[in-house]
Amino acid sequence: MRIIINTEKCTGCEQCIESCPYTALEIKGGKAFINEYCEFCKACLSTCPEGAIVEIEDDYRDKAELAEYLAAHRGVWIFAEQRDAKIASVAYELLGAGRRLADELKTELSAVLFGASGDEAKELISWGADKVYHCGDAIFNTFNDEPYAQLLATLIKQYKPEIVLAGATPIGRSFIPRVAARLRTGLTADCTALEIDKETGNLLQIRPAFGGNIMATILCPNYRPQLATVRPRVMKRMEADPGRTGEIVAVDAVNLTCRTKVIETLKEASECMANLQEAEVIISGGRGMSNAKGFAMLEELAGLLGGAVAASRAAVDEGWIPYSHQVGQTGKTVCPKVYIACGISGAVQHLVGMQSSDIIIAINKNPEAPIFNVATYGIVGDVNEVVPMLIRKLKEAKQ
Amino acid sequence: MNIIVCIKQVPDTSEVRINPETNTLIREGVPSIINPYDLHAIEAGLQIREKTGGKVTVITMGPPQAEKALRDAVSMGADEVRLISDRAFAGADTWATSYALYKAIDKIGYDIILCGKQAIDGDTAQVGPEVAEFLNIPHIAYVRKIDGLENGRVKVQRLMDDGYDVVESSLPVLMTVVKEINTPRLPSLKGKMAAKKAVITVMDLNAIGAEEENVGLKGSPTQVRNIFAPQIRANRKMLEGSADEQVEALIKELRGLKCVLS
Ligand SMILES: Cc1cc2nc3c(=O)[nH]c(=O)nc-3n(C[C@H](O)[C@H](O)[C@H](O)COP(=O)(O)OP(=O)(O)OC[C@H]3O[C@@H](n4cnc5c(N)ncnc54)[C@H](O)[C@@H]3O)c2cc1C
Ligand SMILES: Nc1ncnc2c1ncn2[C@@H]1O[C@H](COP(=O)(O)O)[C@@H](O)[C@H]1O
Repeated sequence: MRIIINTEKCTGCEQCIESCPYTALEIKGGKAFINEYCEFCKACLSTCPEGAIVEIEDDYRDKAELAEYLAAHRGVWIFAEQRDAKIASVAYELLGAGRRLADELKTELSAVLFGASGDEAKELISWGADKVYHCGDAIFNTFNDEPYAQLLATLIKQYKPEIVLAGATPIGRSFIPRVAARLRTGLTADCTALEIDKETGNLLQIRPAFGGNIMATILCPNYRPQLATVRPRVMKRMEADPGRTGEIVAVDAVNLTCRTKVIETLKEASECMANLQEAEVIISGGRGMSNAKGFAMLEELAGLLGGAVAASRAAVDEGWIPYSHQVGQTGKTVCPKVYIACGISGAVQHLVGMQSSDIIIAINKNPEAPIFNVATYGIVGDVNEVVPMLIRKLKEAKQ
Repeated sequence: MNIIVCIKQVPDTSEVRINPETNTLIREGVPSIINPYDLHAIEAGLQIREKTGGKVTVITMGPPQAEKALRDAVSMGADEVRLISDRAFAGADTWATSYALYKAIDKIGYDIILCGKQAIDGDTAQVGPEVAEFLNIPHIAYVRKIDGLENGRVKVQRLMDDGYDVVESSLPVLMTVVKEINTPRLPSLKGKMAAKKAVITVMDLNAIGAEEENVGLKGSPTQVRNIFAPQIRANRKMLEGSADEQVEALIKELRGLKCVLS
């Protein structure tokens, strides 16, 4: 694909210039000109009133050869990550997403598990996998990028899946790029939605970019597998069915190199993190809480509701609460039953981290605050009045 | 010790928005900056040099204008810079970017390579690990502290979801760094002078010895099909009345939910 200017149609009206995020458009000799800044983002295409900016397809591969190559790849895989021999919750979400894609493509869903035991492998079947490639070798007891990448790439070369999904976690985002480099294929980071293009069967990989201000649909049409990491907490798991049957394929760890070594694994006051991921109720505060004392109030409310406390980036930047509590684009994605946003404006970077919560309650003194657009229940009012009142009434209700 | 730091020039994303009518990016006067995480990578490189001696080479792949980012790196204290630039590199995705960087780095020579955790335009965090794979060297991502560097080995803290790992690696190694690792220094006066005078060496396709089919748009397996504004679920429901009445109404709604008020 390339973007070119049809100089016959171009009138030099300059309307396209502003649309380019990379300042790749200039006027030269009275016509638009695309310089080397161009990133092919296509932002300019629709701005030209004359239709002089056009996208043209270049074919880099022989058509018949490409069709054969693509057809040789079948099946959907998910990488089931484990820590301390326990399967990470993102793996179940990937099974949910993968099952849907596999059914749509009328193909098999397989999981790949490195480390852990056969019991965990069986578990993956009850959550939707038809097949599990399991390597229980001790080399996988701790996370090192090289052996992970080498074995996954080897398996992919051998079995040729068309789609491979992994969690966009520190583990997935660290070693999957090595797999992509090795296999000479594309990798889309941190996807928040996945769909199949009905016409071509290609995977449409949807992800935020530019700090969440923009969404992009990414394709990998000419290379396989289509590799993507998927943001935790956005895909829905299926119900587990202990009666489901499937096949476990034992895989040997051969010829793996490992030049890094994990000396020690330290869990940090992870209580809040675990809490945020599992809490059914989250009370979240923003700049509107005014100070750290405001957060003490939220703690109290959280205590009453059996919930956890979270925050917007503004509150974290102010130092009222540690970063580990931040929800949003550059923080955690959460999906509780109830999310109470107190003094949060509802910037898109915050919304992406919490908008799939079942019920959103917003308390904000500005009736125009965008947070109300996603709120199931909105209260216009001062948090310093509303929150203590809520606490008082909840205490009464509990008595 | 040869230290290479990879930096990227990015638009200051807090200001990039989409025009909902035309679905195009609005970019009125959005400034270009060094990717914030890469400032921490530069700082980490300078600190290593201060301890072990050696040379910090800062490189970027980008259009000619990315020279500005390299001058900024010199003003912080980088010894050398390279601009990896060629029309053929335009439109590169992470695979093709990593490939070009790998070819360049291989020519320059290295013991330690530092990258930012991710670039704030694409937020992919993929380029560092991909470069390491191409170079066939180990990498450690999300480094928040360097605990030791001696006898050809590094010992670092790697940030994980539930805490951190202490990880050791042989050299050469590539590390991607998170903000916690340090506070980037401000340019010194001497640095600013050096930046003005710095000669920016450009490496083109030929100089890095890469093949055209592996770089730029041609070398990129992924394609951007379209961009659009984030969709926000809208189901606005405002509670009515005085604060007291609204809170009462809310509690009534909450009572209906088993998990909250049982
Ligand atoms: C690349 C990038 C990544 C980002 N990542 C994140 C992220 O992960 N998470 C995140 O949250 N943000 C993130 N942001 C920042 C985001 O854009 C907003 O700046 C931030 O979410 C604003 O936080 P806030 O709503 O608490 O503060 P503000 O926008 O200042 O809003 C405060 C709100 O409180 C209300 N208020 C004030 N006083 C009271 C009162 N007494 N009673 C009731 N209401 C009151 C105001 O009406 C206002 O709506 C990111 C930004 C960028 C550029
Ligand atoms: N064009 C580039 N030139 C030099 N370094 C880059 C480039 N793109 C990415 N990097 C490095 O790779 C890191 C991760 O970028 P990304 O994978 O794009 O999120 C950045 O923080 C930089 O250190």
